[in-house]
Amino acid sequence: MNKGGLLAAALMIATVVFIVVGTVWPIPSAVAYAGTRHILQSASTPEDAVNNLGQAIHAQSWQKAYSSLANKAQFTEPEFIHDLSGYYPSLLTYATLDHFDVRALHSSANDADMQLNLYWSTVVGISTESRDLHVVRNGDEWQVVWPIEKQPVVPPQVIPVNYLRWDVIYRGAGDDWGTQDVEAPHVRIVDMHPVQRAAGVMILGELLNEDVVPAYVSVSATLLRKDQSAIATESSFDKISHLLLPKQVTPFLIAFPDQTLSNVASIRMTPFSTLVSASADPVIEVDNEHLSPAPDASLSGQLINQSGQIVNVAHVLGTFYDKSGQVVWVADRYVDTALLPQTPVPFNIHIPEDLARKISSERTTVASFSRGGTL
Amino acid sequence: MRPFPAMIAGSLLAASSLFAQNGDLQVPHSIEAGSSFSIQSAGNGKGTLYIVGPNQVLERDIQLGQPVFFAQGSVYNAGRYLVIVRSENSTHQSTLDVTPANNPAEVSFLARPSRLPIGLHDGITGAIYVFDVYNNLITVPMPATFELIGPSGAKQTQSVVTRNGSAFTAMDSTPRQGTDRLTARVGDVASTRIVTQVPGDPCGIKMSAKPSGQQILLQTEPLLDCSGNAVPDGTIVTFTETYPGAQATVDVPLKRGIAQVDMPAHNGALLSAASGVVLGNQIRWEKQ
Repeated sequence: MNKGGLLAAALMIATVVFIVVGTVWPIPSAVAYAGTRHILQSASTPEDAVNNLGQAIHAQSWQKAYSSLANKAQFTEPEFIHDLSGYYPSLLTYATLDHFDVRALHSSANDADMQLNLYWSTVVGISTESRDLHVVRNGDEWQVVWPIEKQPVVPPQVIPVNYLRWDVIYRGAGDDWGTQDVEAPHVRIVDMHPVQRAAGVMILGELLNEDVVPAYVSVSATLLRKDQSAIATESSFDKISHLLLPKQVTPFLIAFPDQTLSNVASIRMTPFSTLVSASADPVIEVDNEHLSPAPDASLSGQLINQSGQIVNVAHVLGTFYDKSGQVVWVADRYVDTALLPQTPVPFNIHIPEDLARKISSERTTVASFSRGGTL
Repeated sequence: MRPFPAMIAGSLLAASSLFAQNGDLQVPHSIEAGSSFSIQSAGNGKGTLYIVGPNQVLERDIQLGQPVFFAQGSVYNAGRYLVIVRSENSTHQSTLDVTPANNPAEVSFLARPSRLPIGLHDGITGAIYVFDVYNNLITVPMPATFELIGPSGAKQTQSVVTRNGSAFTAMDSTPRQGTDRLTARVGDVASTRIVTQVPGDPCGIKMSAKPSGQQILLQTEPLLDCSGNAVPDGTIVTFTETYPGAQATVDVPLKRGIAQVDMPAHNGALLSAASGVVLGNQIRWEKQ
């Protein structure tokens, strides 16, 4: 045998050996992605049953996950999938399960209550979902009773909409150089307040569209030293509602990680606005807004889509004020389910505990995204 | 001095000021852009004439000693030109200044902004640049007028004189919303721009509340600014309902002049409305 044949034979043998080793002793991450843990691991405890279910969801092995459930006769597999990923396009539609954890709440010989926390990886970051699961013993195995949340059915109806929309025509390339273009919307920062937090300097404020046309807005800030040289420049990114209708106000938060306020002599604020085509709909009501005090301080409430159009993604922004009306914090949360017409969807925004005591009032705004629309 | 020799002397003086003479080359000191002119060279035989200027180069084969005529429109970019006559034995050169034509043919008009609130002092600005038919900036002072016709037909006029080819004005926006026509005129040439005057902030918000099934129907009266103009549709009105332990808010766009929304009915709730920085009335909701 020549040298080439020897090398080929050696590579073939090595490949076979690696395949056998990988199959018999797989590394945990490979098991997770293969979604075969529940096959290799029997559900001899409630924790195993929930873990197996979590692994199947992680691997998107919907059939395996569905077939492992104790109450699968109550719903179909597509209903189970929709319960996890949403009935209508939403943040979860294109999300994958990043990881999960399981917490035992109660256990007896024949049943148990477990909490399954699912951490979905979405386009706007991790979205956490918590499900309380009842687990029952079935012979030698434990099975999860899945708490299916059936999508509320919107009754057939006609919702009249006086469709209000702005379109923009900019100047053309062939126009004379003196031809005026459409004016950018006039926006104004009506409040601005820097605060020092453990994570760095935060600039909080509010921006008003004082024009009669819709505006796409953004705010950037530059921290300056005493000699007016720049320390750093950051923008509000998604801690703002980028689409502002006439006379609408949005909060904004600009974070400067690892910066110290004592080093800052002044701050240069730069609001940006440009005309965009926009629609005045949908209208979203924020109902039952409630500030919960520390510990676990939060702003909770319900979003109600008052329009007939389905809202696929809602971004809730909370502006928190002290007794004097000054902005002390801005927090946000994306709602990971679609908003159906007239159907309340809960939200909860965490508030830092040290700030919760200062907060006297709040204002909630909602930016929405509908398929074919803008956020 | 007798009159006749004085006339001759004057003509010679005038000729010397009109022509740049370089011994063998007679070139006009200055001509108007696009006008006809001639160049006279000395000597005999054949030569080549070059005229080199801003964005323009001319080359002609000439007979030395004969005048060279240039028709209208031959030299049209304003500026200083170099005139060179080259023959086998010598090269002569001179300069020619081309000035913009005195008749304006085009007015470039920049009006800002395209949209502004009503009643703004010096809010509308206009700047003009006056050009001749060859797009040369006419730098000699020229009378210009700016005329603003507001939505009500009221007219504001300002007369100015251009300086270095441009003129500027600032005018007030009028109290009525609508479209302004801002016209700049120089000689027979005019250019018009449209400026939109939009209402200001609402002067106040008056809201009423009435039961609507299990909810409260909140509705504003038509929103007007302080000059009586209707606030445009799409303007956001924020309704807030505060009740013990919680509140509800909703941003509603004006449609057909009013904003309305159904909100939950809570006994003792405080209802309010606001638009931008303008606050409206408050209503305490009691069980109906």
